[in-house]
Amino acid sequence: MALLRTILLRLVTTAVTLLGVAVIVFVVIRVVPGNPIAMMLPPGATGEDIARLTALYGLDKSILQQFLIWGAGVLQGDFGTSITARQPVLAMVLARLPATLELSTFALLMAVLAGGAAALTGTRLRETKVEGGIDIAGGMALSVPDFLWGLVLILLFGVLVPVFHISGRVTPSLDLPFITNFYLFESLVRLRLDLTLDLVSHMFLPALSLAIPLAAIIAQLLKQSLKETMHLDYVTLARTQGYSEASVIWREALPNAVLPTLTLVGVQFTFLIGGTVIIERVFSYEGLGNMAIDAVINRDLPLIQGIVILFAVLFTGVNLVVDLMYATLNPRLRHG
Amino acid sequence: MTYLSVQNLSVRIKGGGPLLRSVSLDVAAGHVHGLVGESGAGKSMIGRAILGILPKAVEVVSGAILLDGVDLLALPPAQRRVRVGASCALIPQDPLTALNPSRRIGRQMTDRLVDILGWTRGDAEARALALLAEVQITDPARVLRQYPHELSGGMRQRILIASAFAAEPKLIVADEPTTALDVTVQKQILKLIAGMQVRHGTALLFVTHDLGVVSKVCQSLSVLYAGKVVETAEVRAFFAAPQHPYSAALLAATPKYTDPDAGLHPVPDAVIAAVRAEVGHD
Repeated sequence: MALLRTILLRLVTTAVTLLGVAVIVFVVIRVVPGNPIAMMLPPGATGEDIARLTALYGLDKSILQQFLIWGAGVLQGDFGTSITARQPVLAMVLARLPATLELSTFALLMAVLAGGAAALTGTRLRETKVEGGIDIAGGMALSVPDFLWGLVLILLFGVLVPVFHISGRVTPSLDLPFITNFYLFESLVRLRLDLTLDLVSHMFLPALSLAIPLAAIIAQLLKQSLKETMHLDYVTLARTQGYSEASVIWREALPNAVLPTLTLVGVQFTFLIGGTVIIERVFSYEGLGNMAIDAVINRDLPLIQGIVILFAVLFTGVNLVVDLMYATLNPRLRHG
Repeated sequence: MTYLSVQNLSVRIKGGGPLLRSVSLDVAAGHVHGLVGESGAGKSMIGRAILGILPKAVEVVSGAILLDGVDLLALPPAQRRVRVGASCALIPQDPLTALNPSRRIGRQMTDRLVDILGWTRGDAEARALALLAEVQITDPARVLRQYPHELSGGMRQRILIASAFAAEPKLIVADEPTTALDVTVQKQILKLIAGMQVRHGTALLFVTHDLGVVSKVCQSLSVLYAGKVVETAEVRAFFAAPQHPYSAALLAATPKYTDPDAGLHPVPDAVIAAVRAEVGHD
């Protein structure tokens, strides 16, 4: 019951958030200089041509009128037509979404595994040189932004020791049997591990660039909470029962220490999704972020709106999932 | 038959002052030995040293802890851990923090029987049910499925006591087990521990600052001041005639609830000065 109410309440606030996002984006991209019509017409177009084309896309109406027309369409599932590609925005965006979802989920997985392992190792070997090393590595990882990591990794593993692909999502010459755009997932389901390998080899470096800063944050926060938990009485009690230090950390400390980290990972994951915009550009990865940059360059207003709304849905969705996970993992929140 | 023998145990803060000064004490199998002293006298530190849970900043300087004739301090850590886990148990001070908030009571009681001592899950659960009934918890089956936050402090301490007896240990260290509890609950818990001790024949090292508790539960006691044992005696003899001036003053300082007009008698400064000089505490 409580869970249902939480979800309902969340849906209402989400609707309000999305409306706010829609209004802001809609107004901002119409107020900033540059317009799509100027981009489309060749130099020397007459004023008449410009006026005709402007009217064709409805851009001669007031912003409020445009918003109402667009909003009415959205409510019926029609996000308009891309000005540059002349295709329905919704279909274009949904076609690219899987690429970005796979990239960011892969990056999240890497960050959680690497950060978690570092935190557990650092706790097991606390107050030793190893913990110091982990702290220093974490500090370095955090002080460089993700896109710079991208460039560093391209130089290291794409140029100096070329072990990974540094461009695109998949080798273009490959024959893809996929029916969805979740290539990685589908290659696993179909057991086409040769394709999985090719996809991962493309995805590895961009995902790693996104994962490095997040892994450092997870390592630091989780290690801190673990170390605080290690002083508590139930941990001491488990020690007297014959459990080794490693199993005490894993069994007693981790389930409690993971809660504050989980909240933070949720927030940071939304930043990571935001980070894909630049990382996809750096690695020419055919995802939403790359499309977003092209859309902005071309002033493709309907496409920009569609992408931003989708990102907003993604962010609120992630937050909802985190809240639900938190409630599941923390028995004190489960009842009442 | 001496089961636990602590011999000349000295413990200090790493690079700092002493916490225990050549402490010796014996606990016979099936007997209850009290360990009394003021806050900071090192009572809990002795229990922690025996169980191998000294804080990281604290180290053993010298001495031996013989458990059934085997010196725990001479064993490799892994062996020591298993030995202590199989033959000793701790009843902790604060029941509110001694249970893991994110795990069910049942798992917390049975896991180590299965993981460390190799019982089957079924045996361990049956054992947990029987023990919860023995500590007078109604509906034990339901409690096993509950989380700590759903239970009162007194209930949780009963669970911890039941858990301490679960593997029929030879020695239980009770570290001020009633201090954190409500006064009305204290007496019941004390009675419960005493009853369990008699039924199971476990040796008990009872750490407390309350001489009244010692007179009810223990057969012998050691009085600790600033990390040194100043007197060890049988309970009957001690309460009739304490030998050390500090013990005598401590006994006299115990409030007498039967005589509200008696007033309070703090340990005199002269006695403190004398005992400090004696143990070498500055």
